[in-house]
Amino acid sequence: MKKLMTTIAAVALTAGVYAEMTADQIAEKANQAAYYAGQDGRAEVEMKIIDKSGSDRTREFTLLRMNTDNGNQRFYVYFKKPADLYKQVFLVWKEVGQGKDDSRWMWLPALNLKRSIAPGDKRTSFVGSDFVYEDVSGRNLKEDRRELVDTTDTQYVLKNTPVDPDSVEFSYYTVKIDKDTFLPRYAEYFDKNGKLYRTVEATKVETIQGFPTVTESVVKDLNTGGSTVNTFSNIEYNIGLKENIFTERFLRRPPREVTK
Amino acid sequence: MQRKPLIFLALISSFTFQVSSFALDADYYGFIDGRAGVRTQDDPYEDRRSLSEIRLQLGTTAYFDWGGEFNARGDFLYDDLATDRDDVDLQTGQGFFDLRELNLLFTPVDWADVKIGRQILTWGTGDLLFINDLFPKDWNSFLLGRDEEYLKAPSDGIFASFFPSIASIDVAYMPRMNPDRYINGKRLSYWTPVPPPGSIVGQNDPIDAEQPEDWFVDDEISVRIYRPFLSYEAAVYGYSGYWKNPVGFDTSINNYYFPKLNSVGGSIQGSLGSGLINAEAGYYDSQEDRSGDDPNIANSEFRFLAGYEREIATDLTAGFQYYTEWMMDYDAYLSSTYPDSARDEVRHVLTLRLTQMLMNQNLMLSLMTFYSPSDHDAYFRPIVTYKINDHWQVVANGNIFIGQDDYTFFGQFRYNSNVNLGIRYSF
Repeated sequence: MKKLMTTIAAVALTAGVYAEMTADQIAEKANQAAYYAGQDGRAEVEMKIIDKSGSDRTREFTLLRMNTDNGNQRFYVYFKKPADLYKQVFLVWKEVGQGKDDSRWMWLPALNLKRSIAPGDKRTSFVGSDFVYEDVSGRNLKEDRRELVDTTDTQYVLKNTPVDPDSVEFSYYTVKIDKDTFLPRYAEYFDKNGKLYRTVEATKVETIQGFPTVTESVVKDLNTGGSTVNTFSNIEYNIGLKENIFTERFLRRPPREVTK
Repeated sequence: MQRKPLIFLALISSFTFQVSSFALDADYYGFIDGRAGVRTQDDPYEDRRSLSEIRLQLGTTAYFDWGGEFNARGDFLYDDLATDRDDVDLQTGQGFFDLRELNLLFTPVDWADVKIGRQILTWGTGDLLFINDLFPKDWNSFLLGRDEEYLKAPSDGIFASFFPSIASIDVAYMPRMNPDRYINGKRLSYWTPVPPPGSIVGQNDPIDAEQPEDWFVDDEISVRIYRPFLSYEAAVYGYSGYWKNPVGFDTSINNYYFPKLNSVGGSIQGSLGSGLINAEAGYYDSQEDRSGDDPNIANSEFRFLAGYEREIATDLTAGFQYYTEWMMDYDAYLSSTYPDSARDEVRHVLTLRLTQMLMNQNLMLSLMTFYSPSDHDAYFRPIVTYKINDHWQVVANGNIFIGQDDYTFFGQFRYNSNVNLGIRYSF
């Protein structure tokens, strides 16, 4: 008994000394806050793509997300605008297990065709925006090594370095994460020469059904001078989605959850 | 004859309107698309202009509170080169109106979906190569440079999908056969083997093949069963119906027709490394000429394709495919055909698709190349698309055919090489 007490004391002492969380723990909590709120969720998204001359293009889509097991997730993106994307669906099966890759498909309604998106395309622009496919469902934590480079009164700052540098266009990126909500607020991406070329910022955060939620985010491409603003509305959590919505069946016939 | 389509149109419009008014909500969409194209060389039997048309597509989807969904989509077309604009034929797409979709989709039981009516159907793994997809294609639209969506012609029938836990099953039943909108000489010249020694013909010798017309007798059925297999998606296919092109000649009526065809096949696709891999095979059982000795009916064939696609540089994707057609009973075919223009026993085709996206994916450069080392012919299909804004898009494309001989698959189209310009407003 005495021995146990000593152990507990020792652990408590150690915890006291290292009260700060590790970089991996912070990243894990941030990932949960940003992508896993609730069991499932729905949002309507307006995506405004602005080029350096200031002219813009708008995409509107409904996003469904569901947590399955072991951290895996399903995403369903149903396009309403513009007209040439109408009824297209982008489907993601996010697989976080060791040695697993995410699967991504695009449904092209005019051709009645399900087209796979190659794993190597995950850093490709999502429907012409400054977001990449990977941003929709979140970058897999195991793809990066990370260190805690700074802690302010309100934020943690993580530096993330890719495990496989050849698989991405950046050499590293830093993320500022709010201490209270663990939402990532500001990310900076640096190219292979160490030059800052891309920023992603959560510009508005609201609490919805108890979950701190990003309701506006802005990504800027400093090389092209372009930017993309995502505005989220009608956000709902725990709406009771069925897993089979995220299959070919519901590519052919989009569910009411997205069409209404 | 000229009244019928108008009445039909009026019926569809009022029906569509009434259906939509019962719906929970309904979406409307469409586009206007104008295209003009010319042949890059003279064709002895066709016009110099290859395309000159403007079309308005209107579509609606209505959703009902009982879970059903109604779809209607059709094209009103002014085709300056058509000679029979008023004579609407919904099967061949001829005339000023082409109905693309008119169907009702519902879920009778939790584990099945049913779509009844006119619809676009596709399956299989090839990129512009089809083995187990025996749904109708519109080769005229494809080779003349209309938008790629027009390669798929509509099917009239029932498409039922079943979702037991072990696999997903699709069954398509077309009570009256839907043939391809095949090359018939009216807009594109082609090779005909008759009379021997054969020649390239066009408007001087258009085909109007004998169409199977008896409902529930001249029918087609297509089946696909698919499921995940390891980390791949596997499918098996079956088909009973007809060759989709008139590859038979009936001497009793002195006309081309669609001989009976059965097929079985399988496919697999998934990711490999950073790219995508696919393979597909099928056996075509030409039921009316199983011994292969009837010169007027196509022989049975084994077909196979394999492909790999990946991004090779930022926003540059390359897709490679190998495709083969292996004719069964080749000796019997050879002994009954004119030898100089005989097909090879095995036809090999390689394809390479390069796609470059530029300017935030608003500018797309694409080049699809088909090359047959056995036929010594090739087909180049360059497309440049630029999205001016959320509504306007311009496109330039070409369909370039080269070949050593007049009688090979791509070589026969050599006088049809064409370039096109198009503009589209979507809403």
